[in-house]
Amino acid sequence: MNHLPQAWGRPRDDIYGAYDNSYLQSHGPNQHTQQPIVTGTSVVALKFKDGVIIAADNLASYGSLARFTDVKRLRTFADTSVVGFGGDVSDMQYLDRLLNSLDTEEAYSSSGHTLNAHNLHTYLSKVFYKRRSDFNPLWNQILVAGLDGESKPFLASADLLGTTFSSPSLATGFGAHLAQPLLRKVAPDEEAAAKLSKEQALEAVKESMKVLFYRDARSLDNYSIAVVTKDGIDLKENEKLEKQSWAFADQIRGYGTQIN
Amino acid sequence: MCLSALNPNTRAIVPGAPKVQQTTELQRPLQIPIHPQLLTLRTSQSTLEHHGTGYDLTNSVFSPDGRNFQVEYAVKAVENGGTSIGIRCKDGVVLAVEKIITSKLLKAGANKRIATIDRHVGAVSSGLVPDGRHFVSRARDEAASWRSTYKTPITTKDLASRMGGYLQAYTLYSSVRPFGITAIVAGWDSELELPVDGQVGSGPSIGSGGKVEGKTFGGPGLYMIEPSGLYWGYYGAATGKGRQTAKAELEKLDLAALKLSLQDGVKEAAKIIYVAHADNKDKEFELEMTWISNIDGPTKGRHQEVPKDILEEAENLAKKYLEGEDDEETKDDDKPAEGDKMEE
Repeated sequence: MNHLPQAWGRPRDDIYGAYDNSYLQSHGPNQHTQQPIVTGTSVVALKFKDGVIIAADNLASYGSLARFTDVKRLRTFADTSVVGFGGDVSDMQYLDRLLNSLDTEEAYSSSGHTLNAHNLHTYLSKVFYKRRSDFNPLWNQILVAGLDGESKPFLASADLLGTTFSSPSLATGFGAHLAQPLLRKVAPDEEAAAKLSKEQALEAVKESMKVLFYRDARSLDNYSIAVVTKDGIDLKENEKLEKQSWAFADQIRGYGTQIN
Repeated sequence: MCLSALNPNTRAIVPGAPKVQQTTELQRPLQIPIHPQLLTLRTSQSTLEHHGTGYDLTNSVFSPDGRNFQVEYAVKAVENGGTSIGIRCKDGVVLAVEKIITSKLLKAGANKRIATIDRHVGAVSSGLVPDGRHFVSRARDEAASWRSTYKTPITTKDLASRMGGYLQAYTLYSSVRPFGITAIVAGWDSELELPVDGQVGSGPSIGSGGKVEGKTFGGPGLYMIEPSGLYWGYYGAATGKGRQTAKAELEKLDLAALKLSLQDGVKEAAKIIYVAHADNKDKEFELEMTWISNIDGPTKGRHQEVPKDILEEAENLAKKYLEGEDDEETKDDDKPAEGDKMEE
């Protein structure tokens, strides 16, 4: 040890040579988001005659821990669109602020024009694509539901890779495997979706949310659901799954030979 | 420099430069008020000569009696602009501006003068219109930067403070000129417990959370910012050509009691702009009016244009009121101008 405080705790120069300060700097690549941390699970959505229905549960998981149980993953935009977020919740918060400032700035131009769901989806997909091209993705898959420039129902997906697609029904994450088959039963194509009533569509979406709660270990029975039509957005954020069926469980004993 | 400072009647002469005519009186209008106490302090017998020795040629320069003449000239630019007013009501704030129609070729209702900042604040100014636009642009940047720092909308008070600071900075350097506007900034700060931007969930449902029971926040805000950077909060504010008349009308309303409703505020604002315009009858004008209500009101806490039907109704009432006044023939227009100069 010597009298120089900056040398204290460091290897002695006279024995090990001058300390190489470059070890204190990081010369490696920037460490961007490598994986999601707090996550939301599926978002499901279905077009019908007059608009679109979109739903997502209120859970944000921390790994397998059901950490936050009142996280609203549906966000409205400009009274005509709803964005449903799956994936990383902190990135969802970032996107929410981005949409907020976009909405404010759009209102500054006195044209009176507001962005419709189609415009919004284009914007978000370009944000996602830019970020993945920078090797710094926003770890989400989103569904944009609302009305397009001709006031027709609009539904499309965008994700962390910048991939986009559209369909009469859409679901992210687990929902793509479990809910999509159910939704496609009621709306196999655009023609079928254009004939669906709001009640039929609501029933199909609620049924999908129930199946997801049965089979997705990162899901919750509290959910948000929004119906977008020309009349505006009807957003309910504290819905509870109804009519679950668990009575049959009493009859199940053991894993094979056990009798009571 | 030294020469001119020592001898008030000589300007520094650059060799070879054309001789500057000694037109000290013409350098600036003469009606700038001089504090009587300062008059007694003078050793020179001609105060006006003393003033005209370059103290008004450069921004940020103090005159011997401690004034920045360039700022006072900016105020003159404001005094020629169309009248702008703001009224702070019980459940909202109203902004109105008199837009002189300089040409029949201008499209009616197309050239907006009142701007929105964020969603909940409105701003209007009298004076140089481009300076007003610069003001609004800066205010929008300030509001956005506030949001990115605090994740919550800027309060009207904080925005006024920041913009006051911004205008004041333009009195500090000779390389810039002061703003040729007096701006009125009006907003409604939500009294609700708003989620911060991007918030997910609502946090713990038990525990104090640092909240004080029964304490409410928010409400209407109205501020007027002058070219010097000086700003105050007002119950009712007026600036521009018709400010004297407008102020007299505003004083009749007892705004301090905060009893005037927003709907009535709109009618009063239209009336005041019409009354203030009466001194300037030869020119046509257009009334532009915006409002911000509380969350239960017609604009739900946002700054918006007053809807056409309500605006027309208010204008008709204003016209009727003016006709009634004309009939009485009891005009006492030429009241002495008071409170016209910048306050300290």
